[in-house]
Amino acid sequence: MSAAPPRIVTLTDLRRAATRGRRTLLPKQPKILVGMGTCGLATGAEEVYEALLDEVQRRKLNYGVTPTGCIGWCGQEPLVDLQLPGQPRITYGRMDARHARELVRGVPHGDLKPKWAVGLLTGYENPLTGRRLRYSPQRARVDGVPRYEDLPLFRSQVRWAARNCGVINPASLDEYIARGGYFGLHKALSASAPAGIIAEVASSGLRGRGGAGFPTGKKWETVARQAATPKYVICNADEGDPGAYMNRTLLESDPHSVLEGMCIGAHAMGATEGIVYVREEYPLAVTRMREAIAQAEAAGLLGANIFSSGFNLRIRITKGAGAFVCGEETALIASLEGREGEPCQRPPFPAERGFCGKPTCINNVETWADIPLIVMRGGEWYAQLGTNSSKGTKTFCLVGAVKNTAMIEVPLGTTLRKVVEEIGGGVPEGRRFKAIQTGGPSGGCVPEALLDMEVDYESLTSAGAIMGSGGMIVMDDSTCMVDIAKYFLGFLADESCGKCFSCREGLRRLHEIVSRITEGHGSEQDIALLEDLAWMVRETSLCGLGQTAPNPLLSTIRHFRDEYLAHVREKRCPAKVCRQLIAYRIEPTLCNGCGACVKACTSVAILGEKKSPHRIDDAHCIKCGACLEVCQPNAILVE
Amino acid sequence: MPKVKINGIQIEFEPGVTVLEAARFLGIPIPTLCHDDGLKPYGACRLCMVEAGFPPRHRLQSACTLPVEEGLVVQTHSARVERARRLLLELYVATCPQSKTIQDLASRYGVRQVRLEPAFRDCIQCGKCVRMCAEQMMAGAIGFAHRGARREVMSPFHSQSEVCRQCGACLYICPVCELRCQGARPETTLCSGCINFSPACLNYHDQAMCFLEPCVACELAGPLRLAGPLSKDRVWHKPEPPKEHGELL
Repeated sequence: MSAAPPRIVTLTDLRRAATRGRRTLLPKQPKILVGMGTCGLATGAEEVYEALLDEVQRRKLNYGVTPTGCIGWCGQEPLVDLQLPGQPRITYGRMDARHARELVRGVPHGDLKPKWAVGLLTGYENPLTGRRLRYSPQRARVDGVPRYEDLPLFRSQVRWAARNCGVINPASLDEYIARGGYFGLHKALSASAPAGIIAEVASSGLRGRGGAGFPTGKKWETVARQAATPKYVICNADEGDPGAYMNRTLLESDPHSVLEGMCIGAHAMGATEGIVYVREEYPLAVTRMREAIAQAEAAGLLGANIFSSGFNLRIRITKGAGAFVCGEETALIASLEGREGEPCQRPPFPAERGFCGKPTCINNVETWADIPLIVMRGGEWYAQLGTNSSKGTKTFCLVGAVKNTAMIEVPLGTTLRKVVEEIGGGVPEGRRFKAIQTGGPSGGCVPEALLDMEVDYESLTSAGAIMGSGGMIVMDDSTCMVDIAKYFLGFLADESCGKCFSCREGLRRLHEIVSRITEGHGSEQDIALLEDLAWMVRETSLCGLGQTAPNPLLSTIRHFRDEYLAHVREKRCPAKVCRQLIAYRIEPTLCNGCGACVKACTSVAILGEKKSPHRIDDAHCIKCGACLEVCQPNAILVE
Repeated sequence: MPKVKINGIQIEFEPGVTVLEAARFLGIPIPTLCHDDGLKPYGACRLCMVEAGFPPRHRLQSACTLPVEEGLVVQTHSARVERARRLLLELYVATCPQSKTIQDLASRYGVRQVRLEPAFRDCIQCGKCVRMCAEQMMAGAIGFAHRGARREVMSPFHSQSEVCRQCGACLYICPVCELRCQGARPETTLCSGCINFSPACLNYHDQAMCFLEPCVACELAGPLRLAGPLSKDRVWHKPEPPKEHGELL
C-alpha cells in the first residue's frame, strides 16, 4: 500500500483504485494469505506469517504474503491460503511455522502439500456486483481436496455481510474498492435522493441485526423526519454475548464495509457525524477501524465534500469500558455522553432525541455492512432471501458441542437442524444433541423437538428464544439445563446496571433460587416462584436487558421441566453436573489399583492399597472430576 | 392537544404531561417510590407500571416516564398490572422488610405472603436522594457507584464530598429510611441534618445510612462515634446507650 493514497473524487478515481486493488487481490505471481483475525492470532498466525515472510525472502521468491481477515472456519485456525495465478485458492488448516516454511519450499517444485489442504476455493461470488470469479478445480495441481461448495460447512452459506471476510487484506482500501466497495456510496451520493435510499432500505425488509429486529427503513425514516440538527449515526459494536464474535470478525476483516454503510446512512438521514462505539476488549478491531477511518479520510471518502457532492461526514471511535448493558442503545448514548452506562426509559427514542438530545440512528455493525449491498443491488434483490417477515442473511457464531466451530452466514429461514447438523457437522460422536441456545445470554434454549424451525425473528421468539446478535451455543447431553440457567442468570445479574429494581433485585433472587435448586435444597414451590418472578422481571424491567433476561430460565423450564423436577423431587441431576447432587464411586471389579487417581486427587479423597481396588471417601471428595480423566480402565462412576 | 383514554375516560392533556400526572389528575391512584414532583422522572422503582399502548398493541410501561400521546390507551389497574405490582411489592418487602412505607404499600395492594427470604437492605436505590442533591440542591455530592447487585449510593470514594453543604435533603426525601432517622425523638418528623438530635441517632441504630459526613450530631458525639478518620469500610463503634434520655455524651 502506498504511503499517500491519491484522493478519490470522481468515479474514474474510484475505478483507478479498483484497478490498483485488483493487482494485489489477484496478482500475477503466487500469493499466500494468512488469516489474521483475533482467532487466527490466538492460535499462532503471527508466527506463521513471520515464517512465511522470512522463507519467501530467504529464497528470493517473488511471492506476495498478505494478512487477511477471518473466513469463519474457526476450528481450523490458523489458516493459510495459497493462490497461484489462474488457479483456485487452496486453503491449509491448522498450520504452524514449520509447515508454513515447508509449504513455501514446495511451491516452486509444484509440491503443493495436498495432505494439509482442507479446502479448494474455486470461486466466490461478489454480492455487490453479482459477478463471480470462477476457476475450474481441474486447474489446481492438487488432488482429493474438497471444494468449498462441497464442504457441508460452506455449502449452504450465503456470505453477504461477510462478503470480504477472508478475501481481502483488511488494511487495504484499494482491495476493498476492487471488490465493489464505495461504488455504492458514489451511487447514493450522485444518483439517489435521500428519500429514495430510505425507500430502498425499507423495501429490502432489512431488520436490525443487533437482536431486536426493528425495521431499519422505519428507523431511518423517523430520523430523517426530525427537524433538529445535527443528527448522528452510531455503529453499535459493543458485542458482549459469551460465545459470539460476528461483529468483531466483521470489523477486523472488513472495516470499510461498515464505514461505507454509515456514510450512506448519514447521507440518507442528513447526519453529519458518525461514532463507532466498540468494545475496549477488541483491540484489533479498534486498530483496524482506526486505520480504515484514517485511510478513508486521506482518500477523501470521509470528511468534507465527499465525491464533491457537498456531503460531509466525520466518523470517530469511542471505546466502551466493558459494560454489557452499554449495548442497549440508551445506555450506549449515556456512556458516549460521559454519564454512567445506564439505560433510560423509551420513549423518547434515540431516533427522536438521542446523543446530546439530537436525532440519532444507532445500528449494529452487521446492519451497516448490509447497507452497501442494498444500495448497489436494490431492496428487491436483498429481499429475495429470507422468510415473509425476515429478509436477507444473518451471521451466526456456531460454538459449543459441534464438530465445526465457525462464524457462518446463512439466509434467514434456514432451519436450525441444517445449521447444527449440516453446517456444524452435528454433535461429536458418543454424545447426543440436547439443546441450542440462540441469542446470547438473553436468548433461550431450543430443544431437539423444535430443530426443524426456520430461523427468523418471530419463530425464535415464539420458541422462547430470541434472535439476539447471533450467538448459537450447541449443548449435548452432558449439559444440565438447570446449571445453564444458573450460569446465564449469574452473568446477567452481574451485568445488570442495577438502575431498575425489578432487574437488579429480581435477577439476584432468580439466581439465588436456581442456585438453591442445583444444590439440592429446592422444592416444587420454587419452580412456581421462579416462573412468577421471571414473568415479573420480563414485564416490568426498564430496558431490553431485563426484559429478555429471564428467557434462558423460562425456556429451560418450558422445554426441560422434567430436569427441574428431578432436581427438586429426587435431588438428582440427570446430566450429572450439579456437584452437590452427584457422588463419585470406584467400581471395584474394574479398578486395577494403578494409583493414577490417587496422584490426581488434590483433596486426598481416594484411599486404597496399590494393586487392589481403591475407594473414594465422600467426606473429602470435592467432585472435581480429576480422577475421572486419568482413570485408564474407566472404573470411576458418577452417580 | 393529545387525547388519551385512561381507564375508559377520554380526556385531553397538554403535550409533555406524563401518564402518571394525568392519572393523578383524574384521581386514579398509582403507587410510586422513586417519583417526586420536584424531580426529573427516573423510572427505577417500576411500581407505577400501567398497561399502555396503541390498540391492538399494548405492554407494561412506567407511567412516570410515559408522555401522553394522541390515541394512547391506558389501563392502570388491569389484571396484568395488578399481578406485576403484587409481585414487585412482594420482592420489595423481601428486600426491605423493615420499611413502613413498603409495608403499607404491600398491604394496600394485597400482598398476603412473601415467599422470599428477607434481605434487610437499607436502600432500594430509587435515586431520589441523588437526584434531590443534584437537581434541587445543585450540589451533586452523592451518586451511584458500581453496578448490578453491588450498586450503591455513596459520596465520592466514600469520603466526604467537598460540595456537600449538609442540608439534609437526601435524608428528607428518602422513602424507606424515614423511620431510622427519628432517632432520639420518635414523635418528631425529619430534622435539618440531625442537628436537633441529642444524642445522635446512630446511638440507637446500627449501620445507619447517612450521607451527612460528618453528621452534625455525630460531630457532637465526638471521637466516641468514629474510629479515626472515615475509612473505606466505615467501622462504627457503638457506645453504651446514654443513661438519661436527651443527655449529651
